[in-house]
Amino acid sequence: MSVMEKYEAVIGIECHVELKTESKMFCGCRNVFGAEPNTNVCPVCLALPGALPVPNAAAIEHMIRAGLAVGATIPTFSKFDRKNYFYPDMPKDYQISQFDMPITQGGVIRYWLEDGRIGECRLTRIHLEEDTGKSTHAGSTDGRIAGSTFSLVDYNRAGVPLMECVSEPEIHSAQEAVAFLESFRRTLLALGVSDVKMEEGSLRCDANVSIRPLGATELGTKAEIKNMNSFRSVQRAIESEIARQIEIVESGGRVVQETRGWDEARGVSVSMRSKEQAHDYRYFPDPDLVPLEIGAERVNALRATIPPLPIERFERYTGTYGLNVKQATQLIDNGSLAEFFDACVRVSKNPQSATNFVLGDLSRLANESGIAVSDSGVSPEHVGELIALVESKTINSKIAKDLVERMWKGDGSPKAIVEREGLAQTSDPSAIEGFVLAVIEANPGPVAEYKAGKTNVAGFLVGQIMKASKGKADPALVQSLLKAKLE
Amino acid sequence: MSSPKIDVAYVAKLARIALTDEEITRFGSQLGDLLEHVAALEKLDVSAIAATAQVVESRNVDRPDIVGESLKRDVVLSMAPSKQGAFFRVPQIIGES
Ligand SMILES: [Zn+2]
Repeated sequence: MSVMEKYEAVIGIECHVELKTESKMFCGCRNVFGAEPNTNVCPVCLALPGALPVPNAAAIEHMIRAGLAVGATIPTFSKFDRKNYFYPDMPKDYQISQFDMPITQGGVIRYWLEDGRIGECRLTRIHLEEDTGKSTHAGSTDGRIAGSTFSLVDYNRAGVPLMECVSEPEIHSAQEAVAFLESFRRTLLALGVSDVKMEEGSLRCDANVSIRPLGATELGTKAEIKNMNSFRSVQRAIESEIARQIEIVESGGRVVQETRGWDEARGVSVSMRSKEQAHDYRYFPDPDLVPLEIGAERVNALRATIPPLPIERFERYTGTYGLNVKQATQLIDNGSLAEFFDACVRVSKNPQSATNFVLGDLSRLANESGIAVSDSGVSPEHVGELIALVESKTINSKIAKDLVERMWKGDGSPKAIVEREGLAQTSDPSAIEGFVLAVIEANPGPVAEYKAGKTNVAGFLVGQIMKASKGKADPALVQSLLKAKLE
Repeated sequence: MSSPKIDVAYVAKLARIALTDEEITRFGSQLGDLLEHVAALEKLDVSAIAATAQVVESRNVDRPDIVGESLKRDVVLSMAPSKQGAFFRVPQIIGES
């Protein structure tokens, strides 16, 4: 047993997601990434005296839908609280958040791993708050806090609706943590409630990592890992933290509770020990905001807007349809492709052929043209017709390939094209026999070679026969008839 | 009933208010008096009253997700004690090394 196998890692994830809305959480300033600094600010989000916040109805709806998608409870009553602390990127010196009565409670995120296994991790809560502004630490050589003499603040992000999701400590490896985050990200994308882009900061996450001897039930001392800016960072940072803690314990030391910042370039985490006293946020209900009362009727109306979820698709694709993990993931992660695929399966009742067409020729054409399959001239009904034509052996695979190209260009129904242009496969033995005899007659050289034992010239002869039939002959029949005539 | 205690020095520190020792003593007793007054409520039987987070009766006051006017940046920055280019300039963040 290796040292690593003597321990079990226990990981909890905390992530922040900026909600996709037109305007900010409590004011009408535009919620958009990458605007000119300090141009989307007003008295409310700058905390000018007397300004009053009013919640954004769309943000509340996004929260309820996200909660429903992960099976959370939506309590009838919830409220906003003030979380008090000082930080220059937070103009009010408090953050409007939710303390003891969040909009959603509980829930579970189910995820899949690369080998197809399904895992799950319960959520403690998802609550709604506002984002802070963005500081650039200046005066130091590398833009980091260490060594900086002042900071430059852009308040465009201050007041952007922010979802905070806290998981239970039920994740046990870096791979599971990444799979958990990917699943949450896919779910939010499917709901359309966020862009969830780690590179733009609309998805940010921290991990609480601890280890314990395998089989132990008590939790070890945890370290909180911050500054993970990509899924790759999450993977590396957690792996590195588990190894660091095991090394400490193995050499007789004790893990210290602390916050550590991940340095992606150096591949190490660094302690961010704060000189301040332990946080004391003195939460209290925000007197400027009245409570939310969310009734069953509103919840049910929103429940009806929840689209098929990525994890549900994954289970259907790999279970009922028999696709592999890679195919299922490819369909799910390709924007509208899964929806198009689902429609093709509905029409054709043939998931395997639908997969081959959608992930094969159609995806290739989409890549070449830069046009999404769902925006091309191809409709699921046409794909269904094409599959039926192949299934009934009306056309062979060569003709099918040509038809896909033509459907892409907007030539319409493949069934109509086949009928109009007489492209149906010829499986009439007497007609094919005619082509076979003609080709044998015209190619005495290769025929002699074949008879002398060079059987690989058969491929050439089959090609000639297919050509003579204008591609319509049933290739299997051609092969067997040719063989019979030459022997 | 013992008079409620409040750690004035700690609260002042959290609120970033500098107080002298004399002020800490004086405010301590004043805040203590206030809390004692509020503590009188503990004598009432409130078992039949539901806890509340808001005295206002209204619920679900929200607004549609529509973009409104923001302020002009030069107006915004003219209110800043210190600025640099398009940004607010603030002192080095204390407490982090
Ligand atoms: Zn604003």
